[in-house]
Amino acid sequence: MVEKSDIRVVRCGGSKINLRPSVFSTDSRFVLCASGDSVKVYSTRTEECLHSLQGHTNQVTGITLNPANHLQVYSCSADGTVKLWDFIDGILIKTFIIGYPVFAICVSEKHEGIIFLQLSMATNSKSECLQLVAVHLPKSAEQEVEAKELSAVCSHISSNPSCTALGRGGEFIAFARHLQLNVYFFRKQKTYSFSLQATDKKGAKNAFTCVACHPTDDCIATGHEDGKIRLWRNFNQKKEYTYSTLHWHHNAVNTLCFTPEGTHLLSGGIESVLVQWKYGADNKKELLPRLGGAILHIAASSDGQLFCTSHSDNKLTVIESNFKVCGVIQGLVKGDDVLTDLMIDPRSKALVLNGRPGHLQFYSLLRDKHLYNLDIVQQEYIYEAGLDQFEVVKAVFDIKGSWLATVEERGRKSSDLEFFLKLWAYDEKTQSFVLNTTITAAHTDRIISMCFSSSEETTMLVTTAEDGQFKAWCQGADADTQQDQNFWSCDFVGSYHNLKPTNCSFSADSSLLAVSFQEVITIWSPETWEMLTTLCQPPGEIRDLCFGRLSCSKYLLSTTNRNLCCWNLLTCALEWSTSVEVSKLQPDPLSENVAAFSYQSKHTDLFVFKPSEPRPLFTHKNVCSEKVHRAVFVPQEEPLNNCDESSQWLNRSQLYFLTQNMDLLTFNQATEEDRMLSSSKRLVIDDSVAVTPFYLLLGKHRQQQQNLNTPSYTGADKPQQPQGSATIKELLHTPAHVLPAASVLCSMFVNSLLISKTGVREEMESSEQEMDSEKEEEDSEEEMEACDSQQELRAQGSVDEVTPKLSKAQEKELKRVRKTDFSWMTGLIDSKP
Amino acid sequence: MGEFKVHRVRFFDYIPSGIRALAFNQDTERIAVARMDGSVEIFHCPDRCFQEKIIPGREQCGIEGLSWVGDRLFSAGLNGEITEYDLTNQKVKYTLDAYGGPIWAITGNQQGTHLAVGCEDGTVKLFELIEDTIQFERNLDRQKSRIISLSWHPSGSKIAAGMMDAIQIFNIETGHSIHRMLVDRGVGTSRSRECVVWSVVYLSNGTIISGDSVGMIKIWDDQTGTLIKSHFITKSDVLALSVSRDEDSIVAGTSEGTVVQFQFIAMVLGKDDKEWVRTRTFKNHTHDIRAVAEITTAVVSGGMDTHLVVKPLLDKIEVKSAASAFRKICFPHRRLVSCAKKSGLMLFQYTGHLELWKLGESEGQGMPGSSLLIKKNPEKLLHLKLKGEDHIRCSAVSPCGEWIVYSTASSLRLYQLHCANNNVSITKISNLPKVLSSANQLCFSSDSSHLFSASTQSVHLVSLSQDGCKFVGTLKPKSGSHQAIHLLAASEDGKWLASANSDHEVHIYNLQTLKAHCTVPVYSSAVTAMGIHPTTNCLFMMHADQQMFEYSIELKQYTDWSRTVQRKGLHSLWLNRDTPCLNVMFNPQNPSHVILHDAYMLCIIDQSLPLPDDKALFYNQLTLKSLPEKQRKSQSHAFKVCKTFKDILCVELMSDQSLVVVERPLEDLATQLPAPIKQKKFAT
Repeated sequence: MVEKSDIRVVRCGGSKINLRPSVFSTDSRFVLCASGDSVKVYSTRTEECLHSLQGHTNQVTGITLNPANHLQVYSCSADGTVKLWDFIDGILIKTFIIGYPVFAICVSEKHEGIIFLQLSMATNSKSECLQLVAVHLPKSAEQEVEAKELSAVCSHISSNPSCTALGRGGEFIAFARHLQLNVYFFRKQKTYSFSLQATDKKGAKNAFTCVACHPTDDCIATGHEDGKIRLWRNFNQKKEYTYSTLHWHHNAVNTLCFTPEGTHLLSGGIESVLVQWKYGADNKKELLPRLGGAILHIAASSDGQLFCTSHSDNKLTVIESNFKVCGVIQGLVKGDDVLTDLMIDPRSKALVLNGRPGHLQFYSLLRDKHLYNLDIVQQEYIYEAGLDQFEVVKAVFDIKGSWLATVEERGRKSSDLEFFLKLWAYDEKTQSFVLNTTITAAHTDRIISMCFSSSEETTMLVTTAEDGQFKAWCQGADADTQQDQNFWSCDFVGSYHNLKPTNCSFSADSSLLAVSFQEVITIWSPETWEMLTTLCQPPGEIRDLCFGRLSCSKYLLSTTNRNLCCWNLLTCALEWSTSVEVSKLQPDPLSENVAAFSYQSKHTDLFVFKPSEPRPLFTHKNVCSEKVHRAVFVPQEEPLNNCDESSQWLNRSQLYFLTQNMDLLTFNQATEEDRMLSSSKRLVIDDSVAVTPFYLLLGKHRQQQQNLNTPSYTGADKPQQPQGSATIKELLHTPAHVLPAASVLCSMFVNSLLISKTGVREEMESSEQEMDSEKEEEDSEEEMEACDSQQELRAQGSVDEVTPKLSKAQEKELKRVRKTDFSWMTGLIDSKP
Repeated sequence: MGEFKVHRVRFFDYIPSGIRALAFNQDTERIAVARMDGSVEIFHCPDRCFQEKIIPGREQCGIEGLSWVGDRLFSAGLNGEITEYDLTNQKVKYTLDAYGGPIWAITGNQQGTHLAVGCEDGTVKLFELIEDTIQFERNLDRQKSRIISLSWHPSGSKIAAGMMDAIQIFNIETGHSIHRMLVDRGVGTSRSRECVVWSVVYLSNGTIISGDSVGMIKIWDDQTGTLIKSHFITKSDVLALSVSRDEDSIVAGTSEGTVVQFQFIAMVLGKDDKEWVRTRTFKNHTHDIRAVAEITTAVVSGGMDTHLVVKPLLDKIEVKSAASAFRKICFPHRRLVSCAKKSGLMLFQYTGHLELWKLGESEGQGMPGSSLLIKKNPEKLLHLKLKGEDHIRCSAVSPCGEWIVYSTASSLRLYQLHCANNNVSITKISNLPKVLSSANQLCFSSDSSHLFSASTQSVHLVSLSQDGCKFVGTLKPKSGSHQAIHLLAASEDGKWLASANSDHEVHIYNLQTLKAHCTVPVYSSAVTAMGIHPTTNCLFMMHADQQMFEYSIELKQYTDWSRTVQRKGLHSLWLNRDTPCLNVMFNPQNPSHVILHDAYMLCIIDQSLPLPDDKALFYNQLTLKSLPEKQRKSQSHAFKVCKTFKDILCVELMSDQSLVVVERPLEDLATQLPAPIKQKKFAT
């Protein structure tokens, strides 16, 4: 029906940065972390993302510095590849194809040309056991190499990658699983295993949770479920092994890390306290408390000056060695569940959802950056399991973004429910939301849904609750309140046959309010609060309700667990209906389009359609394997102009959705991606090219070109120009050590300065060029020698001035000229002006 | 399996004394334990740590140190005297004043030639060991502060002494000090307090390890006299240190009740540069640990909470077995209670006094398992306080309740009890025969007409009557060792007497001829309890390794049942129990029943039922109860175990078929101990 090859699901923005431990660059200037399908490079000083290394097509599952070259980094991914990057410049150097999903990577200086990967070789991906495999990296110059030399080191290792660690100088590898610690010595090719009892008399849980090895001594530190840390020694003996125990954590130790000198051991767990143990003097410890979420990983820089902790609230904290927090890199906070819907703040265009407990977070998807948290509950949150605390469960913005309504709730599991409805006004001065009204007992039972009226003039909030009523709230409607303060109060209470209201929605012009009561949709006029009509659904409780936008505003869409129905409000008749189970219905606020996610036979499909026509604009089968309950249209920064029918719906807004695994996914167009990539590259070039003589030369050249182009040339010439300059930039931007020999580049470089031709002639020309270039290579060297820098400066400057004016014949001549004596050419050009 | 009326006695306020010092003899594998009350006990490690010998202490005799020199055991205390023990006869051999004020430490060198003591006046005194006694040799350079701890260099040429704020190394030849190493005081308020070096250990490679009152373990080099490393292990004191025989492991006892192990470990595997690394921590005590000893396969520790804990080191044990299991010895392996079976009296033996109680009476019958109403409360009839400084070694009350006898190391007293209405009076029997000067074990014949008093190797027989006592004769074995007798058992019919000594020998005497009748074949484990069957006259013996034997006195051979037991073997659950059986009783109503008890259970062995094999369910009373009558027969086996009672000191079957169970709950014991060091516990 529709071509969908160029639209694909990607993890773009808001991905987890705490999945794997982060990695410091050797000079501690950068910290790298796996984030969704890419690797992000952050500056440790400014906490800004410098660039992201994109290229993997699935979750990146591990990163590690290349021990042979500290400016390169290996990354492995579930897509079955290992890629080698230059992370300073963000260039992909090599791709090794492994062929199995990779879950972790580790390398050692001693094992040159070998990387250790954790693979799941089993056919059923669900099996918990992984295999540790040593991979010999083939030495070939190609970009993409298939690494075939796999040799299994050990099987049945834990799926938790922090349970595996390489020992001192790569002599041995320690891996723990359940209650057993295994140490494999590479030289002796022998495994020693030590097991603990499941429980001792005191009920301690002894299962291993993480492993770390001392960098210079033969000492293995293991973390346990009961919060103990054991330091194992003499582990090359079956019986006379020994361990000492450190105990501070009261819950499982999530991670352990030795400092590079081996003087300290760092540990972290759910307490979100970083503990630093002095190695050798076991009782001395330092604590850094209140770091936020539970600590998942700890990384130390190679000079031991910086530590980086990854937290469960998707945060990286950079900590100096004197235990001072010096930087926080915050990702999108995703708890176990998003209770509020995904929303877009109309002012900042930021994504808004639950963040830290009791807060709403504002996250810019475009810049992939956390903006700020808004404290809704305004109470201290206590990190303790099983404690029932206030949570923000609902939030909604009005159309201008000047009002925000929130509902916070406590005691959902128990019977004594407590909830507050809060209204927040946007304060222009402070540029944030300020609490305006708190309504303690808005309803007698919990609020199910709420919405603001969509008209610009009056703002009205409608809430529906389980007590069978829906209420309309207006500003200053209550006469008792003081006139100068605009508090919100109840304006109208409505109900219908004592049925439970489920959803409410305003039409685009706010002239109608639709409230669904189980199987019945009631239409109300907000002006007079009179019920206009009722629409009776085909059987089934209504799940979602929304009005069409713009040209389709006469339509009302509703979903039940079996049907998707479209009502025409002018005729009050069912326009069309299809039997499809829609789990989420999401209208695009900027167009008529509506997106529907349907869950069928264990995968979710997406349909995008206009209410006026039942034929979908776009379908995407098997978007993900879980149900989708949260989705949002994010307005594009600048509208795209795709003409393709299937991708038109992406022109104004981008669709993001959240799976049950809390993955934030989006749809992206291939062409769009390319554009993004190129734009990012351009940015990089402009910022980072050093001021060299060569740069001065080119910069001058570019300026001149621009000066020349702007007044005299329009239209056809314009697109050509970036092409040429892009090649130059590419050439200049790429670090010298990855470039081919200068002699190869020279011709390319000179060619790029020429105007390319169109049509058949161009092709001919190119073939000619190819032939030429062969010869060119031969004499290029002497050419290089011949020209001294001054000459070149003048020559190129003038060539550039001339080029636009050249005719075809002249151009040919120029080529010929180029191959002949250079000094002669200079003379020719000099004489020209 | 037989129902009994049980007197559950909990008014025996026995409090064992805290452990002050430990010494391990590598050759004989015996641990000597010195307690606060001055008593010294010998435990035999391979024989499941059975308490072989008890040498009672004396008033005002606090032992501070204990040391083996070869086979000789010495102790020294704050009374300034050095004591040598006669282990064969289980008594003090001699005491010798060192003339240096209170003695804080005593240690003998490995060569077995000298003994060094550290005194309050700051001198280290050397004594030369000569045959049967010791002789003062000389003083080393006198220091200003008292000597708290001492340790010989294994070569015997140097000695390290821990003092207040310092450690001093002496050359034995010259007697001069080689090095003086200052120990840091604690920080904060404790800076003003002196740092006490509670313990030092001198290793053969010249390393000195010290434990002090600041809570540090410090490792020093004796060549340069410098500190190599220090480990902070506790906020309170490190009181005791002990090094293993091959010097690769050290254990330290702290006043928080923890034992911390340090091991000498190569930091890089396969290389030789080793370091002392803190490894394991054991917490088996609630109070201060005053003494630790690292023996071949285990760490032994004892302290203020009176328990002796044997914690096996799993890496040193070849085969895991019951003999090498974890042990906590709370009560002595001797009986402290004797009962007058016929008159319902109990005699409780404390260190310095005796108490005589009359059992209470209850009303009528009740359901099995229910408690009966008490008609008459138990009554304390007598509180007999000792004269003199010595502590009681053994005591007994006659079955009729008319005679009470006790013995200390130096004297034996016999009393006659008169109970008229509510008046209780005793008369001391004077002019006892000379042989009754002191006894190791005392026992009355079942008809209360005779008293058996075991002196070292022989048993003296004295007849008792209203007008005094008369020496009848002495029973001597034909041959055998000179070890003291620790158990006596007389037969019901007054014909036989059995005695057991520390060399595991059991002799049987014929009381009619006053001659040795026979000797039971010697078994490798000590006898912990024995009794002679009233009808068959078989001697039933329980051993420390939980084996049981039945020996027919008349036939002078093991009975068939005993042979069956040995052939089939005992159930592993029975063999793995960790306290020895302390009494063997017979039920006159049911001759096939033998009643045994240890600290945790009461057991009736029915000799008529088959023995359980290893696969059978050992504790099967509950399952038997649920089975119908017919199947019960096929399922039941000889061992009936009752675990209703805990921390049992004594069980006795009275003549009226009621059982007396004397319990001493450990919780009650804990409340009577001094408060431990307060420690912050998580979540409190």
